[in-house]
Amino acid sequence: MLLSLVIFLPVVVAALLLTAPRLNGRVAIGAWVAVSAVDLALIGWMWWRYAADSEPGPAGVVDGIGYEVDLRWIPTVDAGYHIGVDGLSLPLLALTGVLFLACALWSLREPDRPRTYAALFLFLQTASLGTFAALDLILFFVFFDLTIVGMYFVIAGWGHGNAQRSALKFFLYTFIGSLALLIGFIGLFLGSEERTFDMVTLAQNPPLADSPVAGGLVLLAIFIGLAVKTPLFPFHTWLPDAHTDAPAAGSAILAGVLLKLGTYGFVRIAMPILPDAWSRWAMVIVVVGVVSVLWGAFVALAQADVKRMIAYTSVNHMGYVLLGLGAAGLVASADEGARSVATVGAVYQMVSHGLLTGALFLLTGVLWSRGRSYAFDKWGGLARPAPVFAALLGVAAFGSLGLPGFSAFVAEFQILAGALQAAPVATVFAVTGILVTAGLLLLALQRLLTGPTRVPEAKAVMADAEPVPAGSGETAVLDRPLTTGAMRDVSTRELLVVGSLLVLSVLLGLFPRPLLDLIEPAAVAVVQLVAR
Amino acid sequence: MSPVSWGAALLGGLVLLPAVTGAGLLIGGRRLDRTAGPVALLVTLVTAGLAVVVAAGRPEVSAPFLGIVEGGDLRLAVDGLSAVLVVLVGAVALLVTAFAVVDLPDDAARARFFGYLLLFVAAMLTTVTATTLPALLLAWEVMGATSYALIGYRWAEPGTPTDGTRAFLTTRAGDLGLYVAAGAALAGTGSLVLADLATADGGWLHMAAAGVLLAALGKSAQLPFSAWLSGAMSGPSPVSALLHSATMVAAGGYLLLRLQPLLAATGWAATVTAWTGALTALLLGAVAVAQTDLKQLLAASTAAQIGFVVLAAGVGTTAGGTAHLVAHAAVKAGLFVAAGAWLTALGTKQLADLRGAAHRYPGLGAAAAVAALALAGVPPLALWATKDEVLAGVGGAALRIVALAAAAVSAVYAGRVLAVVLARPTGEERLDTEEPGTRRVPGLVPAVAAVFAILAAALGALAIPAVANVLKDVLGAEGEPSPTVGELLLSGGLALLVLAGTVGLLRRRADALAGLERSPLGSWAGLGRLLSARPAFAVARAAAIIDDRVIDRAVWAVATGAGRLARLASRADDGLIDGAVRGTARAVRRAGDAARRPQTGLLHQYYAQSVIGLAVLLVVLLVVR
Repeated sequence: MLLSLVIFLPVVVAALLLTAPRLNGRVAIGAWVAVSAVDLALIGWMWWRYAADSEPGPAGVVDGIGYEVDLRWIPTVDAGYHIGVDGLSLPLLALTGVLFLACALWSLREPDRPRTYAALFLFLQTASLGTFAALDLILFFVFFDLTIVGMYFVIAGWGHGNAQRSALKFFLYTFIGSLALLIGFIGLFLGSEERTFDMVTLAQNPPLADSPVAGGLVLLAIFIGLAVKTPLFPFHTWLPDAHTDAPAAGSAILAGVLLKLGTYGFVRIAMPILPDAWSRWAMVIVVVGVVSVLWGAFVALAQADVKRMIAYTSVNHMGYVLLGLGAAGLVASADEGARSVATVGAVYQMVSHGLLTGALFLLTGVLWSRGRSYAFDKWGGLARPAPVFAALLGVAAFGSLGLPGFSAFVAEFQILAGALQAAPVATVFAVTGILVTAGLLLLALQRLLTGPTRVPEAKAVMADAEPVPAGSGETAVLDRPLTTGAMRDVSTRELLVVGSLLVLSVLLGLFPRPLLDLIEPAAVAVVQLVAR
Repeated sequence: MSPVSWGAALLGGLVLLPAVTGAGLLIGGRRLDRTAGPVALLVTLVTAGLAVVVAAGRPEVSAPFLGIVEGGDLRLAVDGLSAVLVVLVGAVALLVTAFAVVDLPDDAARARFFGYLLLFVAAMLTTVTATTLPALLLAWEVMGATSYALIGYRWAEPGTPTDGTRAFLTTRAGDLGLYVAAGAALAGTGSLVLADLATADGGWLHMAAAGVLLAALGKSAQLPFSAWLSGAMSGPSPVSALLHSATMVAAGGYLLLRLQPLLAATGWAATVTAWTGALTALLLGAVAVAQTDLKQLLAASTAAQIGFVVLAAGVGTTAGGTAHLVAHAAVKAGLFVAAGAWLTALGTKQLADLRGAAHRYPGLGAAAAVAALALAGVPPLALWATKDEVLAGVGGAALRIVALAAAAVSAVYAGRVLAVVLARPTGEERLDTEEPGTRRVPGLVPAVAAVFAILAAALGALAIPAVANVLKDVLGAEGEPSPTVGELLLSGGLALLVLAGTVGLLRRRADALAGLERSPLGSWAGLGRLLSARPAFAVARAAAIIDDRVIDRAVWAVATGAGRLARLASRADDGLIDGAVRGTARAVRRAGDAARRPQTGLLHQYYAQSVIGLAVLLVVLLVVR
């Protein structure tokens, strides 16, 4: 019941917001902040109770699931409203709660249709939480697709630049991907003895175990569906466009939460339910992961636009997740210890990437709000007028390049150290990715923060500025016109939001035990399920 | 608390005190500029004290970090080697901090400087006490990142950020080796404990050794990674004094000394290590001779001197290597303090313009002269003794010749410094060419330099076998070879001879080395080009073009293809399907018209029709039955 409340509270409030057209925009955003905060508090409570209950009990995935609800929904195909939390989903539920609250606070002064904006994000929050909590394939699919719909409207309605085109590209690409996913799910249903869509039942008694061809094809369909979402090479080209044209908060959610739906699908669905096919094709998965790592890093290095660059680093970071999960499938060539370490790292990377990339995207929002440009050649020497912005960007960049002391190191170290035994050559290639990432992020810092101070021309800013609709029940907050050499530093609110994401990343980087205690048993369970 | 946990608390404090204070200073920012110096001084003083205490007590401490496998925790312990190094690092950090407090300009961002400095010291202290790979790698990379911040401290000056970036990327390129080594440790031993590395089986052993070697060579600026040291000179002088003496470059040498059993176990890694060290000592020594800038000369000589430490790790004279590491730290920190103070006072670090610097500030000059003499390897000073401790283990004739040549070269570059600074000023020196000089050396600076000089002289006592044996006991390196009296005399004589020759030559002709300065050696033998990022950018651009023009284009092609297919279908829809529908409708209408024709309204015709119908039915019935 508590879990259902956590999932549906945001969408209920969203509906209320939509039915009150005369509501002041500020109040609407206030409601959004409050609901996100309550939701995060409830998730925190669930975490605390689950951690207290499960120690040292069962790990999750197939048993020991907390806050489980299993109701009949479509009995003819045995699809139910089955939700629950375990060591795989709780970290991501918490990440979702944190990022949505951060985005709510970030958008406190959103001038453009704030009421609808808040409702849309609350809807997205329900969809995201629902996907992570779902234990039924159809339920998963429904929530999964709803996130695509929600994000489409965020980009199309509040984006900038070529927002319509990017939003449509995002929608069509990921929606078609989700159809591949649906085909895979139907394959699982048809292949199962019990004829069910229930993930737990399917994981206990994996379908298609003795038909490698059918199993491989079903895995292929699911893999393509999730790879589009993750995104993995070569299905990643929707990502930079969608990010560049999305509003900052939308980008933070897209990169921080929605990409994780893909990687989460691998570890929650593909690995436990298709263990045979997963280990049979593990090497291919590892190679796709490593190619994504290197491709994402090198293409990011060549970008002339800071937001596109960060978008491509997401491809790189998600590639590490696949490397870790793929290595977990190479049952014959590595010990269980090493495979478990790699899997733990992969799950940790999901959380870590959400925090750090969320922070980076919010910081690019600062650039946009001050100068309506992400181009490297329009900005320079920002450390002079905006030292706090410079400090935040520097810290976020070092976090993102995997400096120890940040969460990304805990993730990447475990992925790389754990995967080496299973796939030595691939892992050595992947290790070079962290050097390229370091180079491109330091280069970005150098371009934006040092050298002669440069900001976009004031005229261009005013011409490009988006019109603010009058009468939206909100005083329009336009940025002060800029003069060359001046840039307003981050506000206290911006500092608090980005600062807390970075502090969380540091805490997870220095004191990883609370999160690892949650992830490790579940990751070991997945590794054991794959090795069946 | 029991004695054991007291020790653990002290060891934890040794690392955490500078780390937490440093982070606090960084968060506080410019508000703390005034207090940063005294706070840093106090913290390094306490840290140095703690270092002595833990060196005596040899405690262990562990903090939970990663799980699942053994050695995932952050574990620190102090053994003989660590004990020597924590004391060294603590002492040098204290002295350099004292120097920095008086050397930095008053309006400098001191909180940022001392914040990063303290973080850096904490990372180095963790590096030399870490016993698990996560702890080592954590400290190792944080040290690299803070060195980036310290080298790029004056980020507003053109070129400085690039130098910091280059330093970080070069050392991180080496760090990749540690990631691989950690994976190999996990694969080959099932644990992440550093000491287990040497017991890894099969190919994992070689992989681990290669990774460790790569990491250490990168950090220690050995061949082929040496060039980052040149750029690192754009950091403030106290940073140079710290990074190029007891920390950073020393960390690579330390790691190789620590993991000497691993190198030895592979059969090839020890040889590669020894030769890399010896060749670096020779080549970078030659580079040092060819420099015209004092700090650049000292930087190149740092790589060269650490080369002897690396050589020691390769040939298995770990006690000699450790002694050389310590002695070099004292010598080089002293020289960098002198160079930094001269730069601040005279506004130049060009050798030609530093003529007579020792005469202008005699106290500092004397200390610098002693350090330079030690650097030359002149008896009875420190590096003479420690270098011979290292060379005592060298077996092959070729390696020995290279190493002796490198030792001779070090007398040449030290001679270059001595010939210039001890000469009388001619009045033609161009001062204030790099920054406005203050013409003042604060009283604390000669004192700091003097402490380093005294150390540089006193460690010469290691030439006495009894003293050397004490060190070997501490390090657990009993039985390692010591130099014979003949060897000591030979190397001492060689150093004196070369030094005298160099100084004599330069006295007669000050520009005797001008040809060398213009040679490739003057520009660091082109090593910088080895580290060029240009190939990476070429790959990146190509990948970006493929991404845009092939992959994304293909996606759009599919989309537009689908659109075209839709239009085709729509045309088919119009022509065929809709046509068929319309055709059917027309046919139906025609049928309707036809059907309407019999509906005449005349009864007799209806009767006739029904009779015909019945007749047809009857016939059908008859036929079918």
